[in-house]
Parts: sequence; structure tokens; C-alpha cells
Amino acid sequence: MSTQIHTGLLHREPPIFELSSPGRTGHALPPSEPLDDEGLPAAFLRQGAPLLPELSEVEVVRHFVRLSQWNHCIETGMYPLGSCTMKYNPKINDAMSALAGFTATHPLQEDEHLQGSLELMFQLEGLLCRVSGFHSVTLQPSAGANGEFTGLALIKKAIDVRGEGARRRKVLIPDTAHGTNPASVVLNGFEPVSIVTGPEGVLLPEAVRPHLDDELAAIMVTNPNTLGIFESHLKEIAELVHGAGGYVYMDGANFNAIMGKVRPADLGVDTMHFNLHKTFSTPHGGGGPGAGPVGCTAELAPYLPVPRVLRTNEGSYRLITELPNTIGRVHPYFGNFAILVRAFTYMLENGGAGLSRVTEMAVLNANYVRALLKDTLAVSVDVDTLHEVVFTDRDLKKETHVTTMDVAKRLLDFGFHPPTVYFPLIVPGAFMVEPTETESRVELENFVETVKAIVEEARTDPEKVTSAPHRTGVGRLDETTAARKRILRWTPAKP
Amino acid sequence: MRYLPHSPQDIQHMLQTIGVPDVEHLFRSIPRDQRTERPDDSPGLPECQLRRYLEGLAARNKNFCVSLASAGAPFHAVPKAVETIVGRSEFQTAYTPYQPEVSQGTLQAVFEFQTIVSELMGLDVSNASLYDGASAVGEALLLALRVHKGKRPVVWVSEGLHPHAKEVVRTMLHAFGDVTIQWLPLDPGTGATVLPGAVTADVAAVAVGYPNFLGVIEDIAAVSAAARSAGALSIVSVPDPANLGVLASPGALGADIAVGEGMGLAGTAGMGGPGLGLMAVRDEYVKQMPGRIVGQTVESRGGVGYVLTLATREQHIRREKATSNICSNQALVALAFTVHLSLLGPSGLRDLATLSRNRAMALRRGLLGIPGVRPLVTGPVMNEFALVFPRDAAGLRAHLADNGIFFGVPLARFCPERPEWREAILLAATETACPDDIAHTILLVKDFYREGK
Repeated sequence: MSTQIHTGLLHREPPIFELSSPGRTGHALPPSEPLDDEGLPAAFLRQGAPLLPELSEVEVVRHFVRLSQWNHCIETGMYPLGSCTMKYNPKINDAMSALAGFTATHPLQEDEHLQGSLELMFQLEGLLCRVSGFHSVTLQPSAGANGEFTGLALIKKAIDVRGEGARRRKVLIPDTAHGTNPASVVLNGFEPVSIVTGPEGVLLPEAVRPHLDDELAAIMVTNPNTLGIFESHLKEIAELVHGAGGYVYMDGANFNAIMGKVRPADLGVDTMHFNLHKTFSTPHGGGGPGAGPVGCTAELAPYLPVPRVLRTNEGSYRLITELPNTIGRVHPYFGNFAILVRAFTYMLENGGAGLSRVTEMAVLNANYVRALLKDTLAVSVDVDTLHEVVFTDRDLKKETHVTTMDVAKRLLDFGFHPPTVYFPLIVPGAFMVEPTETESRVELENFVETVKAIVEEARTDPEKVTSAPHRTGVGRLDETTAARKRILRWTPAKP
Repeated sequence: MRYLPHSPQDIQHMLQTIGVPDVEHLFRSIPRDQRTERPDDSPGLPECQLRRYLEGLAARNKNFCVSLASAGAPFHAVPKAVETIVGRSEFQTAYTPYQPEVSQGTLQAVFEFQTIVSELMGLDVSNASLYDGASAVGEALLLALRVHKGKRPVVWVSEGLHPHAKEVVRTMLHAFGDVTIQWLPLDPGTGATVLPGAVTADVAAVAVGYPNFLGVIEDIAAVSAAARSAGALSIVSVPDPANLGVLASPGALGADIAVGEGMGLAGTAGMGGPGLGLMAVRDEYVKQMPGRIVGQTVESRGGVGYVLTLATREQHIRREKATSNICSNQALVALAFTVHLSLLGPSGLRDLATLSRNRAMALRRGLLGIPGVRPLVTGPVMNEFALVFPRDAAGLRAHLADNGIFFGVPLARFCPERPEWREAILLAATETACPDDIAHTILLVKDFYREGK
């Protein structure tokens, strides 16, 4: 038994395996029976039980409740993680996704026994089309990166159908892009080519022109980009890319900045993924599950993954799996269905008007933080930004040797989750704030005052900042040791 | 709007501070001609109407009283405590633990998840989850191709994988390019995968299901030995890890990589997801693993703590050289899986797997006692099996559906052109099926054929 150190309500909780003692269980199954092993070769049977903890329900619940208390979450406080859109997750969404009509349904029931779920998917596709301007949407992809893979696969298929698959393999990616973009490109057998963002933080047609040849497959652009800046030349760039026979993929991670204001399809975007766990308020779950539906033009629609949901003339819904040009399946069954229900609920509750308002307040909040902080931390590029703003530690570091990482860790002492740090890569010591629309003016001001106080502290007592955090349950974690020692699972102590 | 905490006064004050006259001004960086001409101004629904509409939709799905199907979406009796833990704000509304000092809850839970998965699979290291069992097979194959650095461009994949998994694998490998999939057929008699001879030197990996889609328990030891003798990796896909309470672990049988679908034990199999992709590997392959991995380390005050580690494999560091593009995974489903297995413990897991097996065998025996009903294949099964019915399997299933019983999945749905599958139904039972349900089902099937409906 390891020593437990409790600090007030913060319990130091050992790995669950160390709480175990033989003979306990937290499960209530019908009485044990001997295994009916007729026809089961002995060689196929497990020798020795897996190492699982033996605990009653109360002990298991207490363990995980204690662990939960070591987490910061949206419902604890502000979580301004740039590019992640950590907005409040409405409770009604969870309740609707937990309806037994949905959850107690086997995914291979006949279409006529799944009419409610099929209609929901059909309607959700329609709402996503409406807000983006696309012709069609698939709900299959599990997350943003899976959506990127899918959207690029549509493009690849279109190029293959044209008979240009062997030649057109280049995908242009601005240097501000998420790492998932180049990784998704490679998973489609394409070659990523990095292009440079202009001095004002946006992509200029000049950066694209040298690549307009018959090897160009696509350009992959996040809009607004990861500096929070609207890519105002995208429409012109899209025309250039189309003129050269290529396609335009838009990473929709930042869609919360433009809902109701811009429809990506109107910019010449051919395909885009939505992050339902960002824009459409589904919970992030400590890292997932999300959902990454993909929208596309009429030209790319025949290549969408199966199944597709169709409404018949009689008003019923059915699944189509036999489509001659589909890229195939990207997910079993229906994607992360429970997430789809949540996003659908959110979109219905907001309506088109509400979604526009969401965007307006998200942009207002980010600009308010920017206005209040711009004299304290340098803004990376001095042009208009939308839903997020990226600061740099350039000046602060020069003056005090305190870095973005130090400020981030010190924020933890005051109950804030820090912004995204050191991304995008083109900004030195990036400090990327995305407050989202669900933070109040008071909370934003508290955040700003805290950052200001930390910057002041960097001048008067830098040691206090560089050694932060001081008030969290644990101090700074040693990542080097973790990578070197590679302890990736619990093992019993050697007797 | 109840989720927007802005009063009109707040908005005015904020606009003044920013130095713009109105909210529209904040969007001036978007060229006029790129703006939506007529924004959708449809109103939203109040909660009472939302409820009525969504409850109405949910009610239009049919909920069966008894489910005798798995086919990749097994239903287990997940205790309420799992839902309670998973529903906690601290787990549900946090994100990827980028700031470990305020994410130890998620990180330690993932560390415990990794331990449980590696124990079940009998392999050294697990990651923090992948999307689903199907893409996990695809990721495992890509891993094997990386291990061989492109020198082995062929993978052998069993026809006995779940049909959706096969399609996902085909999509993923086709997109990746420069890979040939050789599909391994199932023996028409036993239903087990047939290797077309010795594994050749151009094969990076051999992948089979355990049990396979027809429920047949593959001889993993033999397949793994055949792969190993040719320097290929053995990949084993487990559609329901609950069965590993009874069946030997893939690692113990020689697998190099085990993948699986954990949503049944996590309680999210309804409508097929969110899924939970599992992956565990031998230690030598850890640097080729896709996805997040949590490691134990020390913190500055001397205690033990947990962090995301080996990140140099991942897209946010390595970009196009990353082992995968995965970023968000299925963390909350992995937590549900962890809590459930912690409640079960070793005896609970064995009991659950035993009950599932015993219920399935009772069903199978009872049905085989009906004249004209026969097994589709003869290989050993666990808790899932395919039977051929004398006639009108569709009518039989409809009759049982009218009685509240989801009577398996017709195999014809997956391969309408195979005559031997025309009247075949893939059935399964878990601990959720009571002996009475099974007796009642057998009786209804008997009646159906006796009355010659």
C-alpha cells in the first residue's frame, strides 16, 4: 500500500491496481457458472487471469471521482485553448444523446427500425450544408484529422477519375497549418509542400503561383488561419488553383469564427471538415470522442464515403451502400453517432440566427482580450483578427527571460487553463488565446488582469514565475524522464 | 440565448474598449463580396420543443427487448456507475491533457487504461485509444509497413474480418498507396482463415479476426507462427475484448500487434458508437505506434505524475513524418472501458465472458435441435455463430422482431451474391440475455417452422 498524501480535498490517489485486494468485485452479474467448453480447444483458453484490480463499486467510484478532481475542465473555469474552441457544452445535448431510443439500438437493425436515427442524420447533414453552402455532407469521420483524411481522399478520387492520379500529387500547405494537415496528406499518398504566409499573416496569391502546374493536387487552408486572421485572398487563390486543375481543402477547425458570416463553398472551397466538438459544442471528453463531418461540392459528392442516408419519395429514410464511385467506408456503422445527436441538438436550439450570434460573440470576446492585453504582450501580427488572437513572448523574454511556458504555468496557479502555447510554429513563443463566446466579460477581465499581474511579476519576481505552478496538485512534470524511462503501464512492485 | 453571458451593456462596453462602433465592424477583414448574402436567420427551439422533437425521433427507432446480435456491436450490461463517472464535468469537459499539472485525472486514468489493455491483449504497450476497431486494423497494417520501411509492400488480410473493417482497411490502404492487400479466404467447411501457403518475404503483416466475423476462433498461434517464420508481423483483431476473459490473449498466442473494438464494454455500442479503437504492441514497436501515449514520470515536488510522452511520433511534432494523423481520439470512451473493467476485476470479467458463452451455447444448441437448422461452418466458436435456417430467414427474423427479439444479422446483407449465406443468420448472446429469453426465442423459432409460416 503506497502512502497517500491528501491536501485538503485534493487526494493523492495511487494507481487503481494498488488499491486492490483479493476477493472483491464491483459487478453484479448472475451467479458464476462453470464454462460450457464443448468444442473449445484447451489451447484457446486463457491461462491465468489478467491483472485487473479487485474492488467494490464504492472504491472504484471514489477512485475515479478523486482523479477527476485533479482535472481542469470548462466547468471549472476558463479554458482559452487556441484552435480548440473550448466552449460550454450544453446539458440538454447530453440528455438527448442518452435517449434509450438511440442508445439501445443495434446499428445493424433494418432501416425501417432505425428511422429516427436516419432522419436525424439526414437533417443534420442538411443543417451543415446550409451553414457551409456545400452540396453534401458525410457524418462518418470520427474527428477533425479523420475528416481531413476523408476530404483529401475525395480529391484524390476525383483526380484518379480524371486519369491524373500518377502526376497530381502535390498538396500546398501554409506554414501556419495544424500538424494533422501534412500528416493527412501523406496518408493519402500525396506530397505536402509548405508555402509561406505573407507578412500580414495571410496567404498571398504570389505564394501559390509558382506551384500552379499539372502536379498540383490541392491546397489545404485553415480559414480563418491559426493566427485568427481571415484568409482574404482565398477566393482568388481558389480560382488560381482550380484554373490549374487542383482542388481546395479547407480545414474547418476555426469555423466558429465565421458561421453565418461566410459560407466556405462561396469562397471556392471544394471540401471541408467540421469539428463538431469545437464549433458545435460537443464535449471534448479529455481528448475525444469528437466528430469530423465533411462537406463537399456537387462535383465531389459522388465520391463520399458510404453509407449515405437517402430520403425516399414516401418520406422514409434508407441507407445506401452501393455507390459506384465512393471512396469506400471510413468508419464502421455511423461515425460517432452519440456526438452527432449532441451537435444536432445544439444547432436546432440555436437556429441560424443563434449560430450567427455565437460567432459574433466569439469574435467580440477575442477582440476584447486583444484590446485589453495588447500593451502587455505583443500581438504576433498587427492586423484584424477574428475568434482568437496570438501573442508572442518576444519582448517579454528579451526583457525578463520569462517565457510563454512560464506564463502558462503561472496561470495555472490562478485557476485558468493556459492558452495554446508554441503554436502556430511561425510565431516565436506563441500564446494563442481563444476565449470562445461562452465566457463573460467579467471572466475575460479576470483572465486579462491575471496575465498582466504575471507579466508584472516576471519583472519583480521572475523566479516565482519560472518555478510555477505552485498551487496545483503536482509541480511541473519531467517530460524528459518520461520519454527516457518509458513507464507506460503499471507493474506490481517486485517482492 | 442562454449560453451567451453578454448583457447589452457588456457588449457596448466591450465594443468601446476595442474601439469599433458595432459588432459588424469586427468582421471588416472579410471582403464584402465574400460575405454570405442572406444569412440564415431561422429561430432556434426552446428546450421543451427540442425535447419533444428529439424524443419523437428516438421513439421512431425500434428498441428490442432482447438482442441476439453482436456483429461488431456487442451489448454488455454496463453498470450505472460507469455512466456516472464518465458524466463528470471534470472528465467530460476537459480536453487532451496538454497541461499535465491540471490534467492528472485524465492522464492517470489513461495510464490505467493502457495497463488494462496491455493485460487483456497480453502485450507490452497500449496507446491511449484509436477511433474504432476498424481503423485500428488499418493503423496496425500501416505500422507493420513502417517497420519494414517499405521493403515489404504486401499485407495478408483475412476475409473473416468484420465487413466494415475490411472496407475501412481497403479505403485506408488504397489512399496510402503502394500496398497490395491479399485477401485470405475462409475455409468453407470450418470458417477459419486459410493461408494460401507459406508467408512470402514480401509480406509485412498477416491480419486475422479473433474470433472472426462468423464467430470462429482462429488458430492465432498457427497464424502468428507462420507470419513470424517469414519475418512478417502478426496482427490480431479482437471484436469484443470481453471474450478475453475466457480466451487466451493474442500476445500469449504470438501476436505482435493486437487491436480491438472496446465500445461493447464501454457501453457505447448503441447505433454503433462512439467506438473505441484498442491497440497494443510488443515493446519493440512502441516508437511506431500511432496516437497518444501516457507515461509515468516525476514532478518538481518529488511526487509521481503522468504526462503525454513519446510525442515525437505524433503529428503536432513530426507533421508529415508522423506515425499517423490522429489527434483527437476516444478518451472518454476509454475512460468508460477502464471504469467498467475496474468494477469487473478478474473474476467479473471471467464470469461475464463465461455467461456470454454459456448463453450463446444454450441458444445454439436449442436452435440446432430444430429440424433443418444447421451450422454454417464447423470451426470452434465463442459467443457468436452463424446458422443456416431451412427457409425464409427474413420471415423468421420479422416474426421474432414482432415479438421484441432482435434475432441476429442476416449474412446475406453483407454478401447477397453468396448462395450459402442466403438463409444464414449471425447470432450472438451476451450476459444480457436471460435463460428465459433464450428459451422463449427457441420456442418461437420452433413454432415458426412447425406452423409453416
